[in-house]
Amino acid sequence: MDTLIPLFVAIPLISAFLIVILGKLVKGFHRFFAPLILLALLVMAVIEFSSLGKSSIHYTLGGWSTEGGYPVGIYMVLDGFSVLMLCIINLIGFIALFYSLSYIRKYTAESNYYALFCLIIAGMNGVVLSGDLFNLFVFLEVSVISSYALVAFGVGKTELEASFKYQVLGGLASMLILLAIGLIYWKTKTLNIADVRNVLDAGYSKPYYIFIQVLLISGFGLKAAIIPFHAWLPDAHSSAPSPISAMLSGVLIKAVGIYVLIRLFFNMFVFTHEIAVVFTTLGAISMVIGAFLAFMQWDVKRLLAYSSISQIGYVVMAFGMSMILLVRGDNYTAAALAIAGGVYHMVNHAVFKGLLFLNAGALEYRLDTRDLKKMGGLSSAMPVTSSTSFMASMSISGIPPFNGFFSKLIIIIAAINGKFYLLATLAVVISFITLAYFLKFQRYAFFNKPLQKSIEKIREVPFSMSFSMVVLAILCLALSLLAFPSINDAILRPAIHVLMQSDIYSTTIMGL
Amino acid sequence: MEGMSTIVKKVTQLMAGIIFMYGIYIILHGHLTPGGGFAGGAIVAGAFILLILAFGSSALNLKKEVSGTSNVESVAILIVLLLALMALLFGIKVFFFNYLPKGEPGELVSAGVIPLYNIFIGIEVAAAILTIFLALVIFKEESSK
Repeated sequence: MDTLIPLFVAIPLISAFLIVILGKLVKGFHRFFAPLILLALLVMAVIEFSSLGKSSIHYTLGGWSTEGGYPVGIYMVLDGFSVLMLCIINLIGFIALFYSLSYIRKYTAESNYYALFCLIIAGMNGVVLSGDLFNLFVFLEVSVISSYALVAFGVGKTELEASFKYQVLGGLASMLILLAIGLIYWKTKTLNIADVRNVLDAGYSKPYYIFIQVLLISGFGLKAAIIPFHAWLPDAHSSAPSPISAMLSGVLIKAVGIYVLIRLFFNMFVFTHEIAVVFTTLGAISMVIGAFLAFMQWDVKRLLAYSSISQIGYVVMAFGMSMILLVRGDNYTAAALAIAGGVYHMVNHAVFKGLLFLNAGALEYRLDTRDLKKMGGLSSAMPVTSSTSFMASMSISGIPPFNGFFSKLIIIIAAINGKFYLLATLAVVISFITLAYFLKFQRYAFFNKPLQKSIEKIREVPFSMSFSMVVLAILCLALSLLAFPSINDAILRPAIHVLMQSDIYSTTIMGL
Repeated sequence: MEGMSTIVKKVTQLMAGIIFMYGIYIILHGHLTPGGGFAGGAIVAGAFILLILAFGSSALNLKKEVSGTSNVESVAILIVLLLALMALLFGIKVFFFNYLPKGEPGELVSAGVIPLYNIFIGIEVAAAILTIFLALVIFKEESSK
């Protein structure tokens, strides 16, 4: 399955430019071509996932082998963690694209939308697969630059303002990341992640690397919208077209933010207690403040955007706890449990937050408003949207038997096992607040008395939109199966294995 | 956009061809000397931009030009990707493998596929920069109306 790896980047890139050319000549070309490409990528990702297991493969572009022990070529690495991310990216990508088939008709320049969508997928697949820092940066820019364009796709006043804000803060983040990569290259003379790890293992000056780590946390923290760096997210995620909001909130902040942070801090740097504490604190702050900010929103998509910050806080906090435990080195089971909870919650968040944004898009599609105060009584008019959004809301607020319950439970159990009682309490309390603001969303959108007189005229959304929502709602239920130990072993264990044995990444790639 | 004075027009006429040739030189010698597709492409685009600035854009149908340059850009990048994908058919079957004969080092025709990559990246970069420039011109003309 080696030859499939570069195709994850090449196929969406080629289709993006094909859509630009052929979209002008053949009418409706993009409409069937783009979903097919995304479906093919999803199938490829699943094939890789099923065949990989705990092993990892690396692919050298151009066949450049190591010269005297130094990797000279560009590496693409596929291991348990990255293949899981590939599956999420292409799954949510396919569903959001299928949803767009009806949703995006109201916009002009449809073919540009599909081309940019393919580019964003290519960039994210590249970030996840890339084995060296510079290519990671290049693919990160590919995906975020196309996301700037997609956020501004409505070309209204608010969209352009949000996109501008996003560009300024995103550009700042990219600059910090590039500076950090430059500093790493200056000291270690290599850009390959595995090789950097080997150089660091031989000894390093701590203050210098603490500085680099702080730069990286700020840079990728901006991309992932962890709380002091979150200012762009509510605007950008609420003014983008809804399938794009689902992509941005569900996948992009994870693929270019959390994934890279976790990959670099677990597999490239050596753990330090200070950085682990910073991670945990940032995660806990995002979790708490994000939830309170979400509670006050009346705009559906802004509410969902703030709730993304809060849920990402859970993930970052779980990984931070596991880092603290791994530095202490006395409680490996709790550390493994925290990583499991983090990875599991990341997968779950992609599914239910994607679904919630698609629901918000369905509401906006039929009502032309995002204001909760102007909605009400839609549960009978839009049964599919109502029931799927109910499932997603229950799942994000952690009600059994939905998937969110189990991932939050694992994180809380890990916190108690690791003796982080305050964090465990906070996680429980925030879970209740999450339930509160999602009940508010449910009540004002679907169950209140109808405010609009024209409520009889409102029909359910078209097939492609309702189908995508139903698929994600089924996944919300199905993913709770991951709580069973045997299924959990098969699906999450490879990712946890890579992160727990933090040396395994560098040793397998360098062939030591 | 209006053109500039006769002096500027005459000097640009004399210079543009030389700049264009220099860009082509940089692209073709990409595998031998510093520079390559990106640098050469930027210079080639510079020659066109100089002409448009000196002679004004009123003689051009800007919308048509923009769709032309953006098509050229897409085709060029597709050819680059296709050249890279063709590597999956030859030799050790890896992406971006250099499958053509390498030739003598230092000769103009050598280094396998790399000159081809340089040529198409040059076309791509020139077309892309020209597209951006034309888009800015269109924006300025539409906003001044």
